[in-house]
Amino acid sequence: MTDRDTALAIAGLDKSYGRARVLDGIALDVEPGERVALLGHNGAGKSTLIKLVLGLVRPSGGSIRVAGHAPGSAPARAATAYLPEQVAFHRSLTGREQLTMFARLAGEHPRTVAPLLERVGLIDAADRRIGTYSKGMRQRLGLAQALLGRRRVALLDEPTSGLDPISRNDLYAVIDEMAANGTALLIASHALTELEARTDRIAIMAGGRLVADDSLANLARAAALPTRIRLTAREGSAEAVQAELGGTRANGRAVELHCTTEQKMAQLARVAGLGDAVRDVEMIPPSLEDLYRHYCGEKTQ
Amino acid sequence: MIARTMAIAAAEFRIQTRNRWLASAAVLMLLFALALTFAGSAPTGSLGVDLLTVAVASMTTLAVYLAPFLALMIAFDAVAGEAERGTLGLTLTYPLSRGEMLLGKFAAHLAVLAIAIGLGLGAAGAAAWLAGGAGAESLMALARLIATALLLGATFLALGYAASALSGSGAGAAGLAVGLWLVLVVLYDLGLLGALVFDDGGAFTSHVFPWLLAANPADAFRLWNVAGSQNVALVSGMAGAGAALPGWAAPLSLFLWPVLALLLARAAFARVEP
Repeated sequence: MTDRDTALAIAGLDKSYGRARVLDGIALDVEPGERVALLGHNGAGKSTLIKLVLGLVRPSGGSIRVAGHAPGSAPARAATAYLPEQVAFHRSLTGREQLTMFARLAGEHPRTVAPLLERVGLIDAADRRIGTYSKGMRQRLGLAQALLGRRRVALLDEPTSGLDPISRNDLYAVIDEMAANGTALLIASHALTELEARTDRIAIMAGGRLVADDSLANLARAAALPTRIRLTAREGSAEAVQAELGGTRANGRAVELHCTTEQKMAQLARVAGLGDAVRDVEMIPPSLEDLYRHYCGEKTQ
Repeated sequence: MIARTMAIAAAEFRIQTRNRWLASAAVLMLLFALALTFAGSAPTGSLGVDLLTVAVASMTTLAVYLAPFLALMIAFDAVAGEAERGTLGLTLTYPLSRGEMLLGKFAAHLAVLAIAIGLGLGAAGAAAWLAGGAGAESLMALARLIATALLLGATFLALGYAASALSGSGAGAAGLAVGLWLVLVVLYDLGLLGALVFDDGGAFTSHVFPWLLAANPADAFRLWNVAGSQNVALVSGMAGAGAALPGWAAPLSLFLWPVLALLLARAAFARVEP
């Protein structure tokens, strides 16, 4: 595969600040039109990785190619859209003026600004100063500047922070639209939630290393996290149920079992065999949160 | 390149006018210039020059303090403030070089200074002309004063950017800017004065001192304005030092300073990791 095909190619990337190693041998490729979620706790190295891709910080070792160019070079920057986590603008400019400045920097005609403001729902506030905007409105303006021009790579750092649920749906739509246009998206986040689950691939960082990089389904299969079965026993039968099935007593009448995906049906059959002793059964599949904790090296609940 | 520099300049000029920096700088210049013009009008009769000449001499003394001060106040926030507020990182991810960004800000800030200095000194000059008359020579001296004050301002704008890029925070940059102003505008002269007294008319006074004077942008500004007009020299009593230097020394210094200071600022800005 050539650099031309890969929108973002990262290989053997190291970054140290003094003796502290922040990134250690990161390898990650993102293809055009692919959406990749980059997950990790604060301090896992996500922001450093993004700054390296943007060319704002120099790597200690390894290589990065953005649309085939060195990070920070003019063609690489022209090909890259960026939405910072704490998106900040000049308070005394209006939304339209700020976006016009970015359009001119990106080499786009100022004519493209109004449709973009319309697209993110800011057209009514376009001529108000940014100092009067809410956090959600600033985030929308940040999204609008990331949509300027035709970018090959988009880096979105915590794009959902500060957004209400309706804006969140707009954001999903914008992300899908960018991917459909062939933009490679890298979406950084510190949690595995609905947005990240909608991506094509999930890359998880911990302690400066990439500990997982696969689709959500493959990650879930490889982790083989147990499904929890929660039984509510009839009064007085909890001990008998536990004696029969094992598991742990959660409170006076509940028994909790852990089983793998394969064992699930067999366990259910045994539960059904107990007849009246069990009043209710609840199945809790492993959550996204559990999966994320698993790969970050923490104990699941 | 021009388009990107102009995009930054246009946005920056808007920010400066909306922050009321332009208005406050212009009013400050105007009030000081008017006050000095009329407070300093006493010696006209005894020296046999028109009021505008006296006004230009007074305003030279004013501008040597005020132009660097205004320039530093506008410039100190240019890099550190943007880095602190988080606007710098996003702007630098666009295909815009740091040099282009610096030049764009410089163009906008220089325009703000030009308006403030032109309005302030120009209005005071016009008032002096109306009240006490002016000749071709004194009008020329006023034009020279405004142009050189801009060069001096440009120098301190660029030094302000360098200070802003070198210090990590807006507060640190402000401190560094005040320090620069004190050293270059006040302490440098005091140091030279001390050396003159110590030397007591020796080789230092006749050979080294004039060049040290020309090397400082603020003193080069004074020298040029004084050397340019016999009458201004007469009023300000600064003819001695200027006479020992070739005529090109002070202008060369004042033209070189903004360029060198901008290069310094560019080098300091290159080290900033937003």
